[in-house]
Amino acid sequence: MRMYTEERAPSKRNFVKDVLALTSNHAVAYAVRSLDVDVIASYPITPQTTIVEKLAEFVANGELDAEFVNVESEHSALSVVLGASATGARTFTATSSQGFLLMHEVLHNVSGLRLPVVMAVPSRAVSAPISIHGDYSDLMTGKDVGWIVFICASAQEVYDTVLQLYAVAEDERVCLPAIVAYDGFLMSHTMERVEVYRDDLILEFAPKRVKRLLDPANPVTLGELALPEHYYRYKYSQLSALDGSREVIRSVFKSFYSYFGIEYDFVERFKTEDADFIIVVYGGASWGNAVEAVNITREKGLKTGALRIRVLRPFPIKEVVDTLKNVKGFSVVDRAISFGASTPGPVYADVVVSLAEYGFSIPSVCVIAGIGQKVMYVSDFVRVLEELVKGKEGVILL
Amino acid sequence: MIKNIKDLPREELFAPGHTMCSGCGPAIAVRWITKFIGNNAIVVNATGCVEVTTTIYPRTAWEHPYIHSLFGNTAAVAGGVERAIGVLSRKGRWDSGDTKVVVIAGDGGTYDIGLQALSGTLERGHRVLYILYDNEAYMNTGIQRSSSTPLYAWTTTTPVGEKVRGKQERKKDIIGIVLSHGIPYVASASVSHIVDLGNKIEKALSYLKEGPTFIRIFAPCVPGWRYPENKTVEVARLAVETGYFPLFEWEKERFRLNPPSNGLVDEQRRVPIVEFLKLQERFSHLSEEQICAIQDEVNRMWEKIKKHLK
Ligand SMILES: Cc1ncc(C[n+]2csc(CCOP(=O)(O)OP(=O)(O)O)c2C)c(N)n1
Ligand SMILES: [Mg+2]
Repeated sequence: MRMYTEERAPSKRNFVKDVLALTSNHAVAYAVRSLDVDVIASYPITPQTTIVEKLAEFVANGELDAEFVNVESEHSALSVVLGASATGARTFTATSSQGFLLMHEVLHNVSGLRLPVVMAVPSRAVSAPISIHGDYSDLMTGKDVGWIVFICASAQEVYDTVLQLYAVAEDERVCLPAIVAYDGFLMSHTMERVEVYRDDLILEFAPKRVKRLLDPANPVTLGELALPEHYYRYKYSQLSALDGSREVIRSVFKSFYSYFGIEYDFVERFKTEDADFIIVVYGGASWGNAVEAVNITREKGLKTGALRIRVLRPFPIKEVVDTLKNVKGFSVVDRAISFGASTPGPVYADVVVSLAEYGFSIPSVCVIAGIGQKVMYVSDFVRVLEELVKGKEGVILL
Repeated sequence: MIKNIKDLPREELFAPGHTMCSGCGPAIAVRWITKFIGNNAIVVNATGCVEVTTTIYPRTAWEHPYIHSLFGNTAAVAGGVERAIGVLSRKGRWDSGDTKVVVIAGDGGTYDIGLQALSGTLERGHRVLYILYDNEAYMNTGIQRSSSTPLYAWTTTTPVGEKVRGKQERKKDIIGIVLSHGIPYVASASVSHIVDLGNKIEKALSYLKEGPTFIRIFAPCVPGWRYPENKTVEVARLAVETGYFPLFEWEKERFRLNPPSNGLVDEQRRVPIVEFLKLQERFSHLSEEQICAIQDEVNRMWEKIKKHLK
């Protein structure tokens, strides 16, 4: 992924409008601007705030013709975009941490109504004690509520993912909301080089296709009451829509490549082909450390590799199993805790279950790291790989 | 302007076959709301009795485009619908013209869990007509008290026991809260006075050019207030005639009482409150003193009204 292919170079001038130094938060804002989003609603919370500050600036300067609604809570932020989306507008909101938790009942409602809302979640720890710093405790409370969830590892990927998510969410085979998540602070407030693309090509790649459900010319009832003989059908169809979105996501990756020359996948791999031990991660900081740790341990003669989960929902079962099925050991580094669960690592659980579904039982370690942005050292990741080689199993709290 | 019942719209836009109770006050309200708002309107409904009885899949009683989202976010959803219509119209992607956005929400969804969203939507000036149907409790979940439930009333969470008998707190002044947002039009209406209701909805819709508007409709509940199902309009009319529920409007911050409430400024013209209370079993445990206390409450409210009239 993120490979600049031979073909990309010559045509580059054609689709790259500008090369900018952007934080991941501003990368989101630039993407939203080019996507000609119609209605934005948001409420300030660190580390999300600079996204909507930038968008407010775009609207105030006339660079984006959108309704910018400064609401009185995140519950209302998501509710405003819910109403706007049902009316046929392209919508955007963003939040972190407590704001994401406050949205919770609306998260379910938006996916149940099958509205293609897109939201950015620079992820953060949750209270108590209060912490404004990054981890994925917020996101993990909302990963199983019917939204498509991507977790990115660079500002360019964040920018590209926002474009991709509108193309996926508004596809009539999908009609589901989508989240782009990434490391609070470590990415949201870190500047990187980002190529931004021409608006016309962006809108060609992700044309507006939000259905106008609330239409006086064709009145329908939305948000109806469903009794037991019908309710489960809605939920099963939501389930199959999310499962089925894999195919649409794959085709959007293809289309993205043809427009903008970067190959994306559900996962990203580093030296996994011949690896005996693999460290599985998500997010930017963990990925950087994992790649470093693989380089270091390879120099020591260990056959190590790294795998990054980019699409968290729908979970890339096949890609994960194909990458891990022949290894001697793996670990998953989680930046969130599932308290009292069968394992404290929420994504570790996903990986283990995926392998089990295909009949694989492989020695593994559940790693919890970077909670409340506790510094994650490359040396810790090296140690995890070395422990794997020694046959360690169980839980490591870094 | 509707002068009398002969002018009332005949087209029914609220289909029969819903499962509201016979004699339901909110059902009367909704039938007339849907007539008065016309065809080019989107209804945003809060969770509550109206919603659960009119939308049971695969049937619907709604002829309007209709959305129900949650209990506490109705005003925010309506704000989103309104902003979407605005921006889509500007961008040439809305072809229904001046579509009105109308909220229908109960007292629980307005005085309590939806109060913050309501305040936000009023403060931001969304051009939404917010209609509160006030049946003075959480009826959908089985008659629990809300902050709209009146003093001493029985509900399942303010039972009449040995030590505590009914609700011990006063009804919240929702009109005062709404007015403090400085919106162009605020009115109170009742299912007993349909012509008045029609004129108020018409006015509220015309004021949407200037900002949000708000109408509170008194809507008695047969099982919740415990009176015979053929007495809904009578109970509602007595609420007006006793002065318990005055009909008024605040138009650009100017106050006006509407008939028949404008004739009730003199205490002697008001029917004693006991006539309203005695029809309803939710008040059947009241002592003489408690009835007097409620009468005093009503009288105090009218002293305030007199100040508004000056
Ligand atoms: C967040 C949340 N809490 C509680 C409920 C349960 N609930 C559904 S309707 C309702 C009461 C509605 O009362 P009101 O708004 O007065 O409408 P009514 O039923 O009286 O028409 C309650 C408590 C809910 N749906 N959502
Ligand atoms: Mg009620």
